[in-house]
Amino acid sequence: MESATVSARGDRPILGRSPLSRLPDQILKWGLTAIAALILFLIGFFFVRLYIEAHPAFARFGVFGFTFDNNWDVAKNVYGALPLVVGTLVTSAVALLIGVPVAIAAALYVTELCPRGLKGPLTILLDLLAAVPSVVYGLWGVLVLVPRLKPIEQWFTDTFSFVPFIGGAHVAGPNYFIGGLILAIMILPIVSAITREVMATVPPDHKEAALALGATRWEMIRMAILPYSRAGITGAAMLGLGRAIGETIAVTLVVGNAPNIGKHLFDQGYTLAAVIANEFGEAASNPVHRAALIAAGLVLFVLTLVVNAIARFFVIRGQRGRRDIGNVAVTG
Amino acid sequence: MSTSILPVVSARRKRTDKAGRTMLGAATIVALIPLVLVLWYVIKRGISAISWHFISTDPTGNFLGDPGGIKSAFLGTIEMVLVATLISVPLGVGVALYLTEYGKNSAFARAVRYFVDVMTGVPSIVFGLFIYIVLILSGFGGSGYAGWKGSVALALLMLPIITRASEVVLLLVPDSLREAALALGAPRWRVVFRVVLPTALSGLITGILLAVARAAGETAPLLFTAAVVNGTSFNLNDKMNSLPVQIFTDVGQAQDRLVARAWGAALTLVLLVLVLTLIARLVARRSRVA
Repeated sequence: MESATVSARGDRPILGRSPLSRLPDQILKWGLTAIAALILFLIGFFFVRLYIEAHPAFARFGVFGFTFDNNWDVAKNVYGALPLVVGTLVTSAVALLIGVPVAIAAALYVTELCPRGLKGPLTILLDLLAAVPSVVYGLWGVLVLVPRLKPIEQWFTDTFSFVPFIGGAHVAGPNYFIGGLILAIMILPIVSAITREVMATVPPDHKEAALALGATRWEMIRMAILPYSRAGITGAAMLGLGRAIGETIAVTLVVGNAPNIGKHLFDQGYTLAAVIANEFGEAASNPVHRAALIAAGLVLFVLTLVVNAIARFFVIRGQRGRRDIGNVAVTG
Repeated sequence: MSTSILPVVSARRKRTDKAGRTMLGAATIVALIPLVLVLWYVIKRGISAISWHFISTDPTGNFLGDPGGIKSAFLGTIEMVLVATLISVPLGVGVALYLTEYGKNSAFARAVRYFVDVMTGVPSIVFGLFIYIVLILSGFGGSGYAGWKGSVALALLMLPIITRASEVVLLLVPDSLREAALALGAPRWRVVFRVVLPTALSGLITGILLAVARAAGETAPLLFTAAVVNGTSFNLNDKMNSLPVQIFTDVGQAQDRLVARAWGAALTLVLLVLVLTLIARLVARRSRVA
């Protein structure tokens, strides 16, 4: 104990390291810190550059006018993004309505009901849904799903012709609904994975107490599992929503790409992400058009930012302190 | 004592229970139908397109006749993803190391963690826009589209994935190992390189491979950074083709011969991604921690 403070030649402790041998340590520490700081810088830079490049569009149409005017006309060089915002919201809403219940049910089945031997394979298969590239879903969607589902959609809209927005449409091949359906498939694995993680945190005591009181499995699910994991499931759904809003290529291929607000669920539409993918190539020569598309990207960015912030809040609350869960969102 | 003293579960509750369980099972099957259908169609339509000619020729760009194969797209994807991996792995693992070894729960580390999460939520097309603005509009490193610019866009996409996955794995390395090494007199950097990283290696590789699989399938960040081109090039300063972009442009043309090539390219891409995912899972199974 004393030896640590006794000096060899009166200048440094005998067990201390020479300044030179401490150099790699310092380099590692500050190098890693610099890399971490780079992330913060990158995000800031990201936002500022997007805003600067989008500014001509905002200056010309106003931030509010750009976002909420129903007028996207490349030929007239006028850009109001409301049709795109509406398209993004409609397709995402359809995706949530279809995808989230299925994802939660699948998560419940895997965690609570399925035979032990099936659990692993089912988990892998559900995760594999996330491994299929977006463009492949789009390819399948436009070449298989669109023609196959058209008669079914037409029958559906004729049968429910009295329902506003759904009924009485003349079904277009690619449309909002198909876009939403493809998105539902794409958000399913992530919502299901996070829901599974959240359900795994339900204390066994709660489940056993319910069963001991004579509850059936179904009643146990309803009374013990669902209430406990409600916040986490909400967060999972919001993360799915964030994915759905930002998804580009698959939606571009199946949503129809018509820059006006469809009157029906089965009409053609457009989304913020799809318009960028489609029009950016030709916009390079027209500064206003280019600024408008970058502005669309900025709106998209802000939208996903808000949705993801809300999602994290719920997921973290659902986790009650455990914080290694964002990882599932990534690998899923 | 032949009769049970517990009250019998009423028929109605039994029915509800049965119906509820059946519904959950059915939903699980419904969830897996798209996977089966997509794979079935990709294999069925893709396999007839694949031949040696398909793999070994560049797209011709002819308006009629032989459209050519996917050589440039396949090689372009491999090359760009490889470069993106070289960029994003040191940065991604570096940030994760900072968070677990130095930052821990400091305010700065929490901010970094939060913004890494923010980055995972950024739509991939927005990364494409950003790289277009920073590297192409400004004329940095040559004014046009280039393979390396596509790689940077993919690297941005992979960075948060790798960081999040690595941090979880590094946290699993027991502190007792670090303490043992430090107690033996090893300096911090040796502890990191000789103890922490090797222990977590298989987990790190799993995370990296999953990020690679994700990047290989991305179209949006490449559309206006690396562009689409027919010829094969190994020069990262040239425009570079990739499988997803090739599929996207082929479908857009709506010609049977191009659509056939799109299916073939899709099968190639799906195989590539599935193999990567499979390897990632196998590596994860051999993991030393957790």
